[in-house]
Amino acid sequence: MQRTISFTLNGKPTRVTVDDERMLLWVLRSDLGLTGTKFGCGAALCGACTVIVDKEAVRSCSTPVKDVAGKQVMTIEGLAAGGPLHPIQEAFVKHSAFQCGYCTPGMVLSAYALLMKKPHATREEIVQHMDDNLCRCGSHVRVLEAVQEAAASMKGGA
Amino acid sequence: MSALDLSRRAFLALPGPGLFLFFSADPLGAFQEPARLPSRGNYPTDLNAYLRIGADGRVTCFSGKVELGQGSMTALAQLLAEELDVPYDSVDMVMGDTDLCPWDMGTFGSLCIRQFGPVLRAAGAEARAILLQMAAEHLAAPVERLQLKAGVVTDPTTGKQVSYAELVQGKRIERHLEKVPVKPVSAFTVAGHAVRRKDALDKVTGNAKYAGDKSLPGMLHARIVRPPAHGATQVSVDTTAAEKIPGVRVIKDRDLVAVLHERPDIADRARDLVQTQFQRPQTGVDDKTIFDHLLQTAPPFQVVGQTGSIEEGEKLAATVVDATYLNSYVAHAPMETHSAVAVVEGDKVTVWASTQTPFMVKPSVAQALGVPQPNVRVITPYVGGGFGGKSGGPQAVEAARLAKLAGKPVQVVWDRGEEFFFDTFRPAAVVKLRAGLTSGGRIAFWKYQVVGAGDREARSFYDIPHQHTTSAGGWQGGNPPGMHPFGVGAWRAPSANTNTFAGESHIDTLAAKAGVDPLAFRLSHLSDKRMRRVLEATAEKFAWKPARAPSGRGVGVACGIYANTCVATMAEVAVDRKTGHVQVRRVVCAQDNGVTVNPDGVRQQMEGCITMGLGYSLTEEVRFQNGEILARNFDSYELPRFSWLPRIETILIDNPETPALGSGEPPIITMGAVIANAIYDAVGARVLQLPMTAARVLAAL
Repeated sequence: MQRTISFTLNGKPTRVTVDDERMLLWVLRSDLGLTGTKFGCGAALCGACTVIVDKEAVRSCSTPVKDVAGKQVMTIEGLAAGGPLHPIQEAFVKHSAFQCGYCTPGMVLSAYALLMKKPHATREEIVQHMDDNLCRCGSHVRVLEAVQEAAASMKGGA
Repeated sequence: MSALDLSRRAFLALPGPGLFLFFSADPLGAFQEPARLPSRGNYPTDLNAYLRIGADGRVTCFSGKVELGQGSMTALAQLLAEELDVPYDSVDMVMGDTDLCPWDMGTFGSLCIRQFGPVLRAAGAEARAILLQMAAEHLAAPVERLQLKAGVVTDPTTGKQVSYAELVQGKRIERHLEKVPVKPVSAFTVAGHAVRRKDALDKVTGNAKYAGDKSLPGMLHARIVRPPAHGATQVSVDTTAAEKIPGVRVIKDRDLVAVLHERPDIADRARDLVQTQFQRPQTGVDDKTIFDHLLQTAPPFQVVGQTGSIEEGEKLAATVVDATYLNSYVAHAPMETHSAVAVVEGDKVTVWASTQTPFMVKPSVAQALGVPQPNVRVITPYVGGGFGGKSGGPQAVEAARLAKLAGKPVQVVWDRGEEFFFDTFRPAAVVKLRAGLTSGGRIAFWKYQVVGAGDREARSFYDIPHQHTTSAGGWQGGNPPGMHPFGVGAWRAPSANTNTFAGESHIDTLAAKAGVDPLAFRLSHLSDKRMRRVLEATAEKFAWKPARAPSGRGVGVACGIYANTCVATMAEVAVDRKTGHVQVRRVVCAQDNGVTVNPDGVRQQMEGCITMGLGYSLTEEVRFQNGEILARNFDSYELPRFSWLPRIETILIDNPETPALGSGEPPIITMGAVIANAIYDAVGARVLQLPMTAARVLAAL
């Protein structure tokens, strides 16, 4: 059904008038031009499209846009938003925790959702939380190192 | 004389582009990696093709290579900064743009540093020498007296300075020097050291642009009607229902039927409404019968290597071990699917494509649209993984054809099902191996036959007096029709994963038969110093304790050579005897790739190979039946995950005597065998087929 959906996107009030069954991923990428959120599988199996909705990591490829009405949505573009890098991004840079970079926005935001809830996340908790975020290049070792380091640096709250 | 000592002139005197072969094997015209890697590319001689010094002092480096994640953007910038004596941070990279960059065959075969590196270094060294000459004239001082640091030339006598930017003033360098030596490795200050990746900020902020992120005014997203199976023929297509969606356009042009919309997901929806009928083939070939099929359809064996006589070897043998090793088709499965945007303006075509070979996409687009090649520009943004699977650009041709027909820019992004369906898989293969041991525990002979995979690294590197190695068919193309029932191609270290799995599994079996520790057995048959060194370095780090397998500990070793890089790997596994599940606990890997340009970059590649290698070893298998590909998404094709991760330790052998070799692929070749050998050591059962799924491990038990 065509209707106007209002939500907060990266801190800014946003309204889109669209078929409300359309998936958030495509509204973000195509209608709103935020291409940092990636298409990988279209079936919530890879995590490349991960965004934050009201502090939870969600798969935007399988989230109808009507589900985010009135909610806070953050994409990778909203994490640093032109300012200094977030500690998770800093740690990804420091550890070169990516290769092709295609899964990276989803990895960073999945880690963000975890560390917002559990700033003291252990390695096991990080592994469990991120197990459905796929990376084909094999950067997993470094992603874990980066997220662990970010967890250590965020313990003061970030 | 090593390649590092070669002057630019010597490089250019080397014979032409070498063997230049590609095969157009599938209906989409995907290019394959050449069967034989070229000696040197057909690179231009003018240094201005590779670098430009801006009026602001920034240096732009141009390379026809592309950044797939392998880190060439970083390592090439290091090399140029090194030779030019400018700060690494002042180098900007322009890669894979056919209008701006020097021709390049493509980004594959771990050739960026090995092949293009020396060419770029020579250009940088020549430019530096010319700039010093110009500075000497400008400062009225002899060249010998001048000091050069960070792109600024100083005359210490007068204190006068002049920068590269002032000398060049944003113009081309119109001088030419010959025989300018490159820097000795011992003088490296930028290369050989860890630096921040050039692509780091783009990639962690979401600013990195991939082909599918390109948007143009009026652009339409196309979804293409696909067959349900390879070999299926179209009987009817009815687009009536799809056309009822507002804004949908349908384009039919011979074999190409597409629905287009300004929103990609609405184009998706429209495609789902297209009614099709196809006649499906009944080949009777599936992922279980494929091995017999390969043996029946393979071309005659070609001899790859021959030493001594197998007949003589058989006479020497007290024990003979026969085995047949199998591996399935494996997908590249990059996280970014094939993507392209094309715009046609008059008779000019511009394509943004995720490809490893922009300079090969260019002629294929030109041909498809009937325009001269110079009218086509292919731009390669960041590529979201390739691994050999983007050695071509069929999606770029599709986008270009549709853009011409639609009269608007068109984006084509394959969905995950298309990515699996049109992939050029690592071929399924059969290896038959027969080898003998003397009563003294020496390998008497080695008879090796590989079918379907190809011959890279098929020959044994062990000291074996009687060897015979043959190969029939492979990933390179040129196979009898239908032998591989769909596209196959280069998959990270082509042929070598298959051949190393078979060879290194068999060596282990011989060691067990001889009652000797598998590391000691290998060393006793190896005179190659580089191979011995990687094995010894790995053993030291792993704290390998000699024992005859199976020891119950679950440790294994495997080694190999790929693209002249030597690699040895040790692993520890835990096998669940009830379920057959294998967890790899620890992997230690040593690599000798000669000179290392970017140590941290090489470690990233090694870790990537080890992690990716867990997949083809344990789960990855393309299931298919009658041309239908049953792997459709990540729930029917299982990639390695965080929870699989072993502790990984990498060792770089310091070897400045050997020029920089390839380092994007080598460790992956050892993964199948090292895990098979560790499983054997754990439970005394030998798994002969990849992937070593829980079911196959249980069956072996």
